[in-house]
Amino acid sequence: MKIVLQHLTKKFPSRSKKSREEVIAVNDFTFEIPDGKLVGLLGPSGCGKSTTLNLICGLLTPTDGQIFFGEDDVTKLAPENRGVGLVFQNYALYPHLTVLKNIMFPLENLRGTQKLTKDEMQRRALEAAKLVQIEGLMDRKPGELSGGQQQRVAIARALVKMPRVLLLDEPLSNLDARLRLQTREEIRRIQRETQITTVFVTHDQDEAMSISDLIVVMKDGIIQQIGAPQEVYDNPANLFVAKFLGTPPINLFDGKVENGMLCIGNDAVLPADGAAEGEVTVAIRPEGFLLKEDGPMHCVLVRLEVMGRDVSIVSTHACSEGENIRSIINTENTLDLNSKIVRFALKPQKVFLFHKETGERIYMQKHPGNAD
Amino acid sequence: MEKRTMKAWLYLLPAILFLGVFMVYPLVDVLIYSFEEGYNSASQSFFGVGGYNYSYVLHDPYFLQALKNTFLLVVITVPASTALALLVSVGLSSIKPLRDLFQTIYFLPYVTNTLAVGLVFMILFKKTAYSDGLINLFLHWFGSPSIDFIEGPYWAKMFVLCFYTIWVVLPFKILILTSALASVNQDYYNAARVDGTRRGRIFRRITLPMISPMIFYLVITGFIGAFKAYSDAVALFGTDLNAAGMNTIVGYVYDMLYGDSGGYPSYASAAAILLFAIVLTITCINLLVSKKHVHYSK
Repeated sequence: MKIVLQHLTKKFPSRSKKSREEVIAVNDFTFEIPDGKLVGLLGPSGCGKSTTLNLICGLLTPTDGQIFFGEDDVTKLAPENRGVGLVFQNYALYPHLTVLKNIMFPLENLRGTQKLTKDEMQRRALEAAKLVQIEGLMDRKPGELSGGQQQRVAIARALVKMPRVLLLDEPLSNLDARLRLQTREEIRRIQRETQITTVFVTHDQDEAMSISDLIVVMKDGIIQQIGAPQEVYDNPANLFVAKFLGTPPINLFDGKVENGMLCIGNDAVLPADGAAEGEVTVAIRPEGFLLKEDGPMHCVLVRLEVMGRDVSIVSTHACSEGENIRSIINTENTLDLNSKIVRFALKPQKVFLFHKETGERIYMQKHPGNAD
Repeated sequence: MEKRTMKAWLYLLPAILFLGVFMVYPLVDVLIYSFEEGYNSASQSFFGVGGYNYSYVLHDPYFLQALKNTFLLVVITVPASTALALLVSVGLSSIKPLRDLFQTIYFLPYVTNTLAVGLVFMILFKKTAYSDGLINLFLHWFGSPSIDFIEGPYWAKMFVLCFYTIWVVLPFKILILTSALASVNQDYYNAARVDGTRRGRIFRRITLPMISPMIFYLVITGFIGAFKAYSDAVALFGTDLNAAGMNTIVGYVYDMLYGDSGGYPSYASAAAILLFAIVLTITCINLLVSKKHVHYSK
């Protein structure tokens, strides 16, 4: 079931009595979620991603705009008539009911022709439990389960009524780091098996990047960029997106375009054809640095960090916006630790230019000769 | 280890002393009194030890009347007041405008002076030379004859007593239940809504179990409170409750000690012990029932 949002807007009345200003949580969203895909809504807290999820599921009604599931306009439909399964951030499992009863709960609500027999309900519940691999825990109460198990029960409860759309609100935020890795693979697997269009909300870019077919980066209620994770990472539309995606974070510099060359301080680092002359913000991914003895960029070496397969060089530069520059290089490269200055060449596809004030992307022409 | 236990006992000592002197000792004393036959408080002497006091009390028509009154009061007011409080609290939780106002109004009886409350009930029910009371005025409109609620038939007096009791205990119960309802995480309701749960089912399957510990608390304290009722009856029917036929067990105990026909601490003790046994039994039954129906979140 594809989901189409058209000019979706949600305004909340101001909380404080002094200012009459409305809070625009979701501002004029228009995008389409293709059928059977896993989509991550990504953004810092307060960016309106949970609001968007609640609008899609129907717990909130939009101030403006429309929501379609397939061809059906569901904008004015109550949540129970939309056919959505929702997994809450805190799971919202009924603490007084066993796992089996929790999973069966949505089925017991069915009425009329959809009404199921007790056996049928149990069969469906067991089926959902098998899908998330908790069939051995059916008689336990939620309080007796670990966080990861509770999460699975919540997903099973959302799936048992065979929803058209599965929505997950910060599904991994209550789990520890190890479980998080495991569970996100689980979510991916479950989504693949069921082929249900799934939307999940997260503030963790790692999470979104690793399992989504499509990510929607949001800030202050406005969509910043939509695309496949790698595509968004490789081609950020603005400074916010560039900064938000990637660990370690992207390195920022004050630079300028002069005589067709991109300069950072006194170093003319790359040809910048097609970019207008003037000051720019330069963003370089950590993996965009190449150790090179005659490289154009001069940085002051601070220290070397070896972490398993990666070696990262921490250095400083006069024009750097952050305190340190972090670059990740291959272990094969050798570095003379006695020299104070470390020289880099840059991979052009890992270097992005942004407008100094607006943060909008300034595109350079591709130089086939410079490609690494 | 030894030293630490000593220290702990030292800290507990003041409380233990107080409880011992003012709680445990009188309790034991009452038990002893209840078995001393023919006790005379003037000479501090008694004839023998045995169960005669119990036999006397259990055959005393006044005690049986008090027992009947108390049981009726408990059986009627505890479920009725709890159910009413639940109804009002659910109502209060689901309205937005004027909620604070209604909450204040419902809580007023709790902070109102008992005498003022008594006066209100007099205006409502009491028959005087000038009026038959407000309730009778309404009854007249519907063509019903006057009923004397204070000195009239037994059922009318019982009705007033129950009405009064429910009205007095209601605010506290509403307060407890409203806060219990407010503490239920909204996500449970949202989850139920997304799953298309009807309102009645949400109430039965989610709200009730979630607030069941508080309901249970109210039922237990309600039972105990109602069994110990006395002052309400005095406020309505005066001190000679035996004559009015509206005595309660605690009232009977009091009358046996200090009433016009009093001066029998042995009978009073026996009655008090009987009351204690009844309350204990009911509370144990409550606890057993609650094991199945009350859900404590961990």
